[in-house]
Amino acid sequence: MNRTQKQSQIAILLLRLIAALVVLILAFLIGYIFITGLPNVSWKFLTSPAKAFTAGGGIGVQLFNSIYLLILAMIISLPIALGASIYLSEYAKDNWFTSMIRTAIEILSSLPSVVVGLFGFLLFVVQFNYGFSIISGALTLTIFNLPLLTRNIEESLASVSDDQRQGGLGLGLSKYETIVHIVVPAALPGIISGVILCSGRVFGEAAALIYTAGQSAPALNFGDWNPFNIDSPLSPLRPAETLAVHIWKINSEGIMPDLTQVSSGSAAVLVLAILIFNLSARYIGRKIFEKMTSMN
Amino acid sequence: MLNTKNKSDRFIYHFNPEETEITMQTKNLEVYYGKSLAMHNADIQFQKNTITALIGPSGSGKSTYLRSLNRMNDDIATVKGQILYQGVDINQPKIDVYEVRRRIGMVFQRPNPFAKSIYGNITFALERRGVHDKRVLDEVVEKTLKQAAVWDQVKDNLHKSAQSLSGGQAQRVCIARALAVEPDVLLLDEPASALDPVSTQQLEQTLRELKKDYTIIIVTHNMQQAARLSDYTVFFNLGEAIEYNKTRKIFTRPKIELTDDYVSGNFG
Ligand SMILES: Nc1ncnc2c1ncn2[C@@H]1O[C@H](COP(=O)(O)OP(=O)(O)OP(=O)(O)O)[C@@H](O)[C@H]1O
Ligand SMILES: [Mg+2]
Repeated sequence: MNRTQKQSQIAILLLRLIAALVVLILAFLIGYIFITGLPNVSWKFLTSPAKAFTAGGGIGVQLFNSIYLLILAMIISLPIALGASIYLSEYAKDNWFTSMIRTAIEILSSLPSVVVGLFGFLLFVVQFNYGFSIISGALTLTIFNLPLLTRNIEESLASVSDDQRQGGLGLGLSKYETIVHIVVPAALPGIISGVILCSGRVFGEAAALIYTAGQSAPALNFGDWNPFNIDSPLSPLRPAETLAVHIWKINSEGIMPDLTQVSSGSAAVLVLAILIFNLSARYIGRKIFEKMTSMN
Repeated sequence: MLNTKNKSDRFIYHFNPEETEITMQTKNLEVYYGKSLAMHNADIQFQKNTITALIGPSGSGKSTYLRSLNRMNDDIATVKGQILYQGVDINQPKIDVYEVRRRIGMVFQRPNPFAKSIYGNITFALERRGVHDKRVLDEVVEKTLKQAAVWDQVKDNLHKSAQSLSGGQAQRVCIARALAVEPDVLLLDEPASALDPVSTQQLEQTLRELKKDYTIIIVTHNMQQAARLSDYTVFFNLGEAIEYNKTRKIFTRPKIELTDDYVSGNFG
């Protein structure tokens, strides 16, 4: 064996070791969280409200808040991200204006989420006077989510072969028709994967929500689904502590006797949810695509 | 019939319009990418219900020429000169470019079925134009797939994704898709270059059948294909049409030495 061969073998070995280490750390982390947390998770834990001073509290309201905020944030950010990415990938010319937009998105996506949270606090909570509320939280999450989602969708659109666009134009369709009816559907698996991955990120976000959606989870009346009533689960103006914020909150100032159990149980649920988001992203994208392409 | 020798180094066959029905014709066409002239000197007439092959070395302007014919170069290049279709110059701003592309259909080098079912690929453009009658659409699907000679292979799976088809089948579905909007000219840019020999032969047979109803212009790198398939051949070199004549003459007695070199493989 000559010297370059030996060198490359050592390099490969080293890279394998590093990769193994990364996997090991991840496995250890997830394993630890699950082993300490999952035994505390029960149906009752998932559905009952939290208790501040006594044992036996659950995370029902927080879980609901996390899901509701996620859905709202996605409803707001998806159309904007879709529009922005279609513009960037299909229409924008390569000039200073476009590159300025791209740079802005780049910067926005690398802002620490706590900064986004404080911005949301100043703008939505204070300036717009929405208070600590679902709506403040959802809007802040939109700002947090928008750059990455836009970039994800833009990449999915850009990966659609130009042959598809040519095919549409060649049939006498307008550019707009071609984009909406050919390019976007072709990019759908990527777009769906991107949305699900971003959902995982949003679901686990705490710092952006502490000063916007608030740190309290008032009891909800799950019999009242009128969004205009303040104790309805759908009310956009009620404060809404999410699961991730809950974990942060009880660990910094919680005084319930079963603090560790609640905390580790919540962490396990959160990690499990994010894991499901991440692992399912590709699969669901592909499945929906198969369904769609064979429909008509 | 009148044959003109433009210059001694080019030969372009001209039909007598009194005797022949000309579907398309270009006059003084010049195509620029940015400032650079990519294609000029190609006053070609295309006779109705014939197959014309465009041959020539890589980069000689075949695709550039072909794409100009249905205004697919609109956003990419500047196209000057006249493109006559049924006697009307379609290279004018006031012409409805979508209608031009409907009448002058295009099939591309790589099969490009949309992310829809076979059925959806074919009906798509019609639906965009407001045709929703299921009976009409069913008929179009069957008719065009039969024309493209792929009906028997896909008729039981019309709602399967078109992207799961083999290259040869996908290319035929793309042809059927182009036929669905009822064009009368079909432009094909190396449609068989991604296909195996058997699919290629089947495709050629299909084009021969289609010639009865359509005027076909096909770019090909395959000399045998041009010789087998086409009635007329244009030889392009360095952005110019060097020789245009009956295919038989191009391949047996070319008038220009350059053409002779190219078709006999002594080029370069
Ligand atoms: N989009 C474009 N932008 C700039 N220049 C181009 C573009 N497309 C083609 N050209 C140039 O125009 C000339 C003719 O290219 P064209 O694609 O028409 O050749 P071709 O005969 O089709 O070649 P091939 O056989 O390789 O497909 C080439 O010099 C090419 O580099
Ligand atoms: Mg070409």
